[in-house]
Amino acid sequence: MSANPETSAPQADAEHDEHGHHPTPRDYVRIALILAVLTLMEYSTYVFDFGGLGIPLLVVLIAVKFVYVASWFMHLKFDTKIFSRFMYGGLALAFTLYVLTLIIILFASATGME
Amino acid sequence: MASADTAKRGGLMSRPTAETGWTSWLTTTDHKKIGILYFWTTMIFFFLGGVEAGLVRFQLAQAETSLITEEIYNQMFTMHGITMVFLVVMPLSAAFFNYLIPLQIGARDVAFPRLNAFSYWVYLFGGIFLYSSFFLGGAPNAAWVAYVPLSTDAVSNMGFYAIGLQIVGLSSLAAAVNFIVTILNMRAPGMTFMRLPVFIWMSLVTNFLLLFAIPIIAVALFMLQFDTIYGAQFFQPATGGDPVLWQHLFWLFGHPEVYIMILPAMGIVSEILPTFSKKPLFGYAAVVFAGAAIAFIGFGVWAHHMFTSAIGPVARSAFSLATMFIAVPTGIKIFNWVFTMWGGKLRLNTAMLFSIGFVSMFTIGGLSGVTHAIVPHNAQQHDTYYVVAHFHYVLFGGALFGLVAGMYYWFPKVTGKLMNESLGKLHFWTWLVGFNLTFGPMHMSGLLGQPRRTAVLPGELGGTVEIYNLLSTIGYVVLVVSSLIFITNLIKSIKGGEPAGLDPWDARTLEWLTDSPPKHYNFGTIPTVTHRDEFWHRKYAEDETGTPVAVPAGGSEEHDAAVRDSEAEAEEHIHMPDPSYWPLVMTSGMLPMGYALLYASIPLGIVAVLWMLVGMFGWIIEPVAEGDDDEPEPVPAH
Amino acid sequence: MTAGAHETTLGLDHRKLAMWVFLGSEFLFFGGFIAAYLLYLDTTAGGPGVEIFDIPFTTISSFVLLMSSLTMVLAHHAHTKGDMRRMRLWVLATAGQGAVFLGGQVFEFNVFWREGLIYGDSPFASAFYTLTGFHGIHVFIGILMLLGLYSLTLTGKIKPGQPIKTEMIGLYWHFVDIIWVLIFGVVYLIPELALLE
Repeated sequence: MSANPETSAPQADAEHDEHGHHPTPRDYVRIALILAVLTLMEYSTYVFDFGGLGIPLLVVLIAVKFVYVASWFMHLKFDTKIFSRFMYGGLALAFTLYVLTLIIILFASATGME
Repeated sequence: MASADTAKRGGLMSRPTAETGWTSWLTTTDHKKIGILYFWTTMIFFFLGGVEAGLVRFQLAQAETSLITEEIYNQMFTMHGITMVFLVVMPLSAAFFNYLIPLQIGARDVAFPRLNAFSYWVYLFGGIFLYSSFFLGGAPNAAWVAYVPLSTDAVSNMGFYAIGLQIVGLSSLAAAVNFIVTILNMRAPGMTFMRLPVFIWMSLVTNFLLLFAIPIIAVALFMLQFDTIYGAQFFQPATGGDPVLWQHLFWLFGHPEVYIMILPAMGIVSEILPTFSKKPLFGYAAVVFAGAAIAFIGFGVWAHHMFTSAIGPVARSAFSLATMFIAVPTGIKIFNWVFTMWGGKLRLNTAMLFSIGFVSMFTIGGLSGVTHAIVPHNAQQHDTYYVVAHFHYVLFGGALFGLVAGMYYWFPKVTGKLMNESLGKLHFWTWLVGFNLTFGPMHMSGLLGQPRRTAVLPGELGGTVEIYNLLSTIGYVVLVVSSLIFITNLIKSIKGGEPAGLDPWDARTLEWLTDSPPKHYNFGTIPTVTHRDEFWHRKYAEDETGTPVAVPAGGSEEHDAAVRDSEAEAEEHIHMPDPSYWPLVMTSGMLPMGYALLYASIPLGIVAVLWMLVGMFGWIIEPVAEGDDDEPEPVPAH
Repeated sequence: MTAGAHETTLGLDHRKLAMWVFLGSEFLFFGGFIAAYLLYLDTTAGGPGVEIFDIPFTTISSFVLLMSSLTMVLAHHAHTKGDMRRMRLWVLATAGQGAVFLGGQVFEFNVFWREGLIYGDSPFASAFYTLTGFHGIHVFIGILMLLGLYSLTLTGKIKPGQPIKTEMIGLYWHFVDIIWVLIFGVVYLIPELALLE
């Protein structure tokens, strides 16, 4: 196969771009920069003492990073809502079930095994 | 099969083309053939599970006697549970999913035909792996719930359990993804969600349950495997591990699993009752939403299996309440089934009898289930035969009755023949009597204190308990006779059953629109759906009073003829997925993989991984027929 | 079976829908191991605990994995533009960063092991190695898929008109990255703060 057909823009592309403004490489790099800064901020909680604010700050940072990767790199922002439902539905279910489990286990051991 | 692209084939990577003979079964990607493979495989495992149950029952027929050693006994009840849950009821439901989902939604196959074959073969090899344990140092013997720390002890042989179920779970997960995509994305034009047959709804819900429950048991099984074989400490109290964690993880999966087993049967019964009552399903929306609600609440009641474990009083109260709540949607369904039959023109053939049997037996099992929700009661009943009675009423009296009803109902679809009705009715009545004789007395013997999983029936429980156990064993014999009647009927009817015609039951759903057995491509022309119970509405119109009247002047036949004409035309334009060797090649690597994990053998593990990689590579690069999952190639200008 | 996405009921490509369905379920998988890890945070049986973590080192390897998501999405973008040369470059870059991350993990495991965090010594050690090990296996599978993607574009099996294939592998890759975002925070940073005040 010669290099020529590879570089020609395929048909499917036109269809793809109909979904409004599709992000450009420049957008992606910007998101990556934001993620880099957020990671640096995460690291800062290890270097500096934020006292009681450290953990809430980390939780927020994790959530923001999560949403950025999901919305931009995984295109959830531009795709059908169904995909977001699978992503966040799975996350919510896992979170609920396992947090409940941990609470039950810790509560049971805190009250002493009957 | 499209002959146009034979030119593209040939050479090493060509795809198999056999449509008959045994290679066609080994390489099939046709959902109907895969469904039939599932069916017969579950029959074999049902036989094995039945033999195991028999040994248990004969052992307990009399107090203080021993037919088999305690060692064997433990293996028997463990393998009976594993077999019936994972190798019979779940795959039997999968057989129905496979055969019926594409037909009922008006599609030609599932979304990923090769993945579908993959699911079947993985299931088969997982089953073979589990059963190979009998020849390799003894079967797992720490019960299907595999409570630690007993199950992490080498004496329990639970390595086979942990790895075997992992393999079978992979099959279910792949199938769940496949069926969810199929139902969401391959419905015939006009088949909106509220026009889906109830069986399809329940399949969708079941597969979502599988999708989210299988990863949980995967986690638990990996931990068990690592603890047992590689010395991990997840559940080891000696280093601070918590055995109760296993129970949580197991039942986080285990309770949705209960609904995974019962919902397909509920779907089947929701198709059969309306057909033989000549009425639409009463409260379609309520049945559908109750099914979804059961699934949703089903994730939030797992700890009611652990009332006697250390979970604390608050958790006990909360889970007790949640468990009682889940009886509400279940009750809604039962009332809807009863009201479907109410005032209908009932035709009491075998499929209908089994459906009514399902509703009644499942109700009994459901009611004894509610008694478990009450914590003090639960503490009394825990680990007694009362629990055994309860879950056999919902799984045997429920799931299995429903699935058998489905077999009778769709047998004409699969074979084009009718099953023998008199043998069928004999089967039903012996089945019903044998079932109640086996499991009814267990309620009593359990309340009188007979413990589960005890190799020798203690004589101190007294003569009454002994009589109950004898009755149970006699009931088992009746069930064996009944099963023989069923198998005879099945084989006789396949060989020489009466021709069924196109629509033997005056049915309501799309699968009866096409031939029996359906052509390879199911529908010549994909039907356009305008109603719930589409097929019914093509046959009947309603007069002013709402009574159904047949479409006049043989309109239905005319319509059928029209469909058939267009099918002849359409045939040459239909491209079906080709058969493929690769699912079989790839999945057979599961066996060496399983043994490599079990014996912690790195060389064997490398062989297995390479084996599966080769299979996957072949899968990816084998040519795909036109219309398969590749976009058409842009023609390069030379 | 599937011709184009426009012929399906939801107007979505089967394969992409399937990937999302599967990814949704993966949360339950990793969630279970994370829960076990949190449960056993200080169940170290006298062995080393979270103080063993080398946060600067893990920050760097996390950063590499995060940036591999950027190259992955650029590969997909190049594929949608039909620019296969650039697409292959980005795919290789992604696989390379994945390999760097994996190498870092192997190195980290070695150091921890030498410092006395032995797999079978405590529930904490078991939970830590199992969780991060399974994540590593996911990364490894991702690298294999990327290399497969790379070679199949060379042979012409994957064509410029099929960006969906890069997109699918990309979704998996980003998902594995997102799981690491959670692990890095919940497994490394938060316990380090919470337990070592």
